[in-house]
Amino acid sequence: MELDLMKAKEFYHKMLLIRRFEERCVELYSNQKIRGFLHLYIGEEAIAVALMDALTKEDAVLATYREHGYALARGVSCESIMAEMFGKVEGCSRGRGGSMHLFDASARFYGGSAIVAGALPLAVGMALADKMQKRNRVTVCVFGDGAVAEGEFHESLNLAALWKLPVLFVCENNLYAMGTALKYTESETEIYKKAASYKISSKQIDGMSVIEVAKAAKRAVEDIKDGNGPVFLECLTYRFRAHSMFDAELYREKAEVIEWKKKDPLLVFENRLKEIGLWSEVDATAIEDAIKTAIDKAVEFAENGTLEALEDLEKFVYSEVSHG
Amino acid sequence: MSQFLMPSLGADMESAILMEWMVKEGDTVTKGQVIAEVETSKGVIEIEVFEDGIVEKLLVEPETECAVGMPLAIIKAGADNTLKAMKKIETQTIVKHNADTSKIEPDKQKKIIEAKEDNIEQEERIKISPVARKRAQELGVDITKLDSKKDVIHLSQIEALGTIKVKAPEAAEKKEETKERDGMRQAIAAAMSRSNTEIPHYYLSTSINMTPALEYLKELNKKRSIEERILPIAMLVRAVVLALKEVPELNGFWQENGHRMSKEIHPGIAIALRKGGLITPALLDAQNMDMYSTMEFLSDLITRTRLGKLRSSEMTKQTITITNLGDLGVESVYGVIYPPQLAIIGFGAIVNAPWAEGDALCVRKVMQATLAGDHRATDGRIGAQFLDKINKFLQNPQELL
Amino acid sequence: MDNTTTYREAVREAIRKAMTENESVFLMGEDVGHYGGCYAVSMGLLDEFGAQRIIDTPLSESSFTGAGIGAALNGMRPIVEIMTVNFSLLALDQIMNNAATLLHMSGGQLNVPLVIRMATGGGKQLAAQHSHSLEGWFAHIPGLKVLTPATVQDAYDMVGLALADPDPVLIFENALLYNSKGSIDTQGTPVPIGKALIHKAGKDISIFTYGISLFKALEAAEALAKDGIDVEVIDLRSLRPLDDETVMNSVKKTHKVIIVDEGWKSGSISAEIMARINEQAFYELDAPMARVCTVEVPLPYAKHLEDAALPQPQKIVDTARTMMGK
Repeated sequence: MELDLMKAKEFYHKMLLIRRFEERCVELYSNQKIRGFLHLYIGEEAIAVALMDALTKEDAVLATYREHGYALARGVSCESIMAEMFGKVEGCSRGRGGSMHLFDASARFYGGSAIVAGALPLAVGMALADKMQKRNRVTVCVFGDGAVAEGEFHESLNLAALWKLPVLFVCENNLYAMGTALKYTESETEIYKKAASYKISSKQIDGMSVIEVAKAAKRAVEDIKDGNGPVFLECLTYRFRAHSMFDAELYREKAEVIEWKKKDPLLVFENRLKEIGLWSEVDATAIEDAIKTAIDKAVEFAENGTLEALEDLEKFVYSEVSHG
Repeated sequence: MSQFLMPSLGADMESAILMEWMVKEGDTVTKGQVIAEVETSKGVIEIEVFEDGIVEKLLVEPETECAVGMPLAIIKAGADNTLKAMKKIETQTIVKHNADTSKIEPDKQKKIIEAKEDNIEQEERIKISPVARKRAQELGVDITKLDSKKDVIHLSQIEALGTIKVKAPEAAEKKEETKERDGMRQAIAAAMSRSNTEIPHYYLSTSINMTPALEYLKELNKKRSIEERILPIAMLVRAVVLALKEVPELNGFWQENGHRMSKEIHPGIAIALRKGGLITPALLDAQNMDMYSTMEFLSDLITRTRLGKLRSSEMTKQTITITNLGDLGVESVYGVIYPPQLAIIGFGAIVNAPWAEGDALCVRKVMQATLAGDHRATDGRIGAQFLDKINKFLQNPQELL
Repeated sequence: MDNTTTYREAVREAIRKAMTENESVFLMGEDVGHYGGCYAVSMGLLDEFGAQRIIDTPLSESSFTGAGIGAALNGMRPIVEIMTVNFSLLALDQIMNNAATLLHMSGGQLNVPLVIRMATGGGKQLAAQHSHSLEGWFAHIPGLKVLTPATVQDAYDMVGLALADPDPVLIFENALLYNSKGSIDTQGTPVPIGKALIHKAGKDISIFTYGISLFKALEAAEALAKDGIDVEVIDLRSLRPLDDETVMNSVKKTHKVIIVDEGWKSGSISAEIMARINEQAFYELDAPMARVCTVEVPLPYAKHLEDAALPQPQKIVDTARTMMGK
């Protein structure tokens, strides 16, 4: 794919935004502004940024509880995400969902699921609806390597392939299902091979390279929109942070983390831009400053947000539909 | 609206003669009110109504023999508002005739709804907690007399009312004594032969030194007027009741499903009628009485029995029978159990007899107490414990108060 | 000797003791090994007993729970840990259709001596997929036993009681209790399954509760004592079987009932307790029974909303005062 300066700046900006946004989240969590579970995406930013780049506004996205990066890359505002994590009405889920349940229907961003593999069947259904309505759209469903062990993973892949549905399945293989290494939980650790067994077009790619993911995603989306059924991408990646805030990381070696940090997607991208002579024009300092300003603004917005009135506690259990 | 039926006052009652109405059409009646007298094989019994309402129609003339379950009167529910009661009947009719309510004009539909709401209003009842209701029953507190328009009645309010409140006995009316009925003798015969064939009886007997009890009674009666005097029978009834509290196995029934003990103690007191025959009406809820009230209610019961003015519940609720043939000079009474009761206790005459006290022999007032028990429910050990308790209470008569 | 320990350590000690005493006992679940348990209950057990008996499973709740049932059928005494009750829904088919029914379906031939432990409860701002108290649901199912240890002692005892039981036993550990401290008696005879415990005797109102709500009720009881309201606080301990006898005896004593349960009201264990009191002790009641339960809403993330949704000591105090007309 063509990598012009504009795209280069956009990718770099978005990846850095996710990185800095989450770093601020860690600070806010430590200060008890953010509560509940907080799962960080740091190290995996390339995948969200590249995938979202391949989509149009009409396409739909379903993600996991580690979804800040997807929401940001999809264009959900920093303010509304931060406000959500502060539990404020101005949050993208009105403070009802928190970090694990970011939703934005206007961005066709369907969250935010805390049940591993819980979103896969939903993605199949959304794609089924598009197919029935003859709308040329793609539903992207992202999940981790842990989801592969769930029955729903296998059942959903089979259905999507059987019915030739327009779904892009993306497995972010960061080697650990929470705290358990893939080798302890899967007999076949090459995950894309599982998808292949359902006769789904599938491949394994370098999830640390935004350029490679972007290329693969673009081709996959085109393929799906051509009516060829689902595609499966296994992105090899690594989370630099713990599974969640409360995790002593007893299950992996420090050395392994250090080794992977050498493949930091921001670093990899910077080096690539240097190679092709675009780096000096990206103006990283200006981007860094702009991001800092945006995040400061988001935190202020969230701080000043309003708490939902207690009388409204029981809202949103059933739809507020007028029956005349 | 409901029908008031000839009640079944005993398993063996098939019919009765309606003798007298005590209400007339249009009268307001309240739950528990006596509204008629019927003549049964066991005597004249007052029968009560089981709901609040208005007597709309009396269906049966006096002196008519009616089978159990036959409608005797029509009672309209809700004592306070005839109009509302009428509306209810109307509503029922409308609904019945227009099963498909969608076909009713809107106006009428509205009326039905209004009428339904009226019904809800009209079913206003005393709000009383379940345990308070139970306690009120135990204490004989008439909850219909409590002001409960606003608040719920709780246990504490009932207990605050404290002392035993049983309806004052109605003044004995002068009434011509009814003729002795052949039926009564027949009924007794039937019950007794059934008892003897069905119930495996066991008998126990003991001699009781009555001197301490009688002396105590003498002291007690010194302070009381002749009308207020306590008779030995009250003391004996009281001793039985207290003994039953400690040995409850003998108080209750043997039914199809077996031995059932009763919490309430309703001793049937054998009372001889002047013109012959014997009735054993219940001294209801004797467990809540003290010695004085035992005497009070006992004399009321005897008076009413002899006037043929017994309540239906007094004829059906006996949980044990006490028979005292001592005034006839009999020394020992070997009773026959009235089914479905579990026991009958007999007291014989109190006679001067030699009595060993320590090593000395002396003369004392001695009485034979005899127990017949149903062997299916209890055994002789329980019976012996029971007689022993009676004896202990009579040796310590102050405990009988 | 100081026997003070945490709830977490008490569960771990009980597992350790059982595994030491009985070779057929093993622990299986997500992250129980290398990670040390999601709530650190099994920390260190992998090193002590090895990967053969402390088994990390894939995120395959239905299959590893089913595997636990199979192992139990075939002579083992498995302890299956399901990370949270929410994930147990993925294994509901195995729990309901196999564990709870095999004995009956086989005409008494196949019992399932399986223990399933899981974390339950809200209060940590984990929102609508990680906060619910569903133990009452499981208590609906004949064939299962449902235990809800509240105290550190019960956290310890119930593992052993469950393992000694010939049938499937589910233990619900409220996640907020893992850090709570108490002393344990490891030598005494544990209070059996199906027996409720009176934690505080009282004469005015009976509060029936279990799990973490026990401590909310006890806190409320202290506040109420200052008003002269003497409540009796009873820890049900086991939701199936329920200790009807202790419940009814308490009702007969106080004549007033409050049930505190983190479940929702509709179709719940609190509703079941009320129904039983109605069936067995209706005439002992002096006031309508009351419930302090979770508001009928999936638990929201925002703290003030979550607090408002869950039972709180103040709500118990208010309910009791209203009941006493104060």
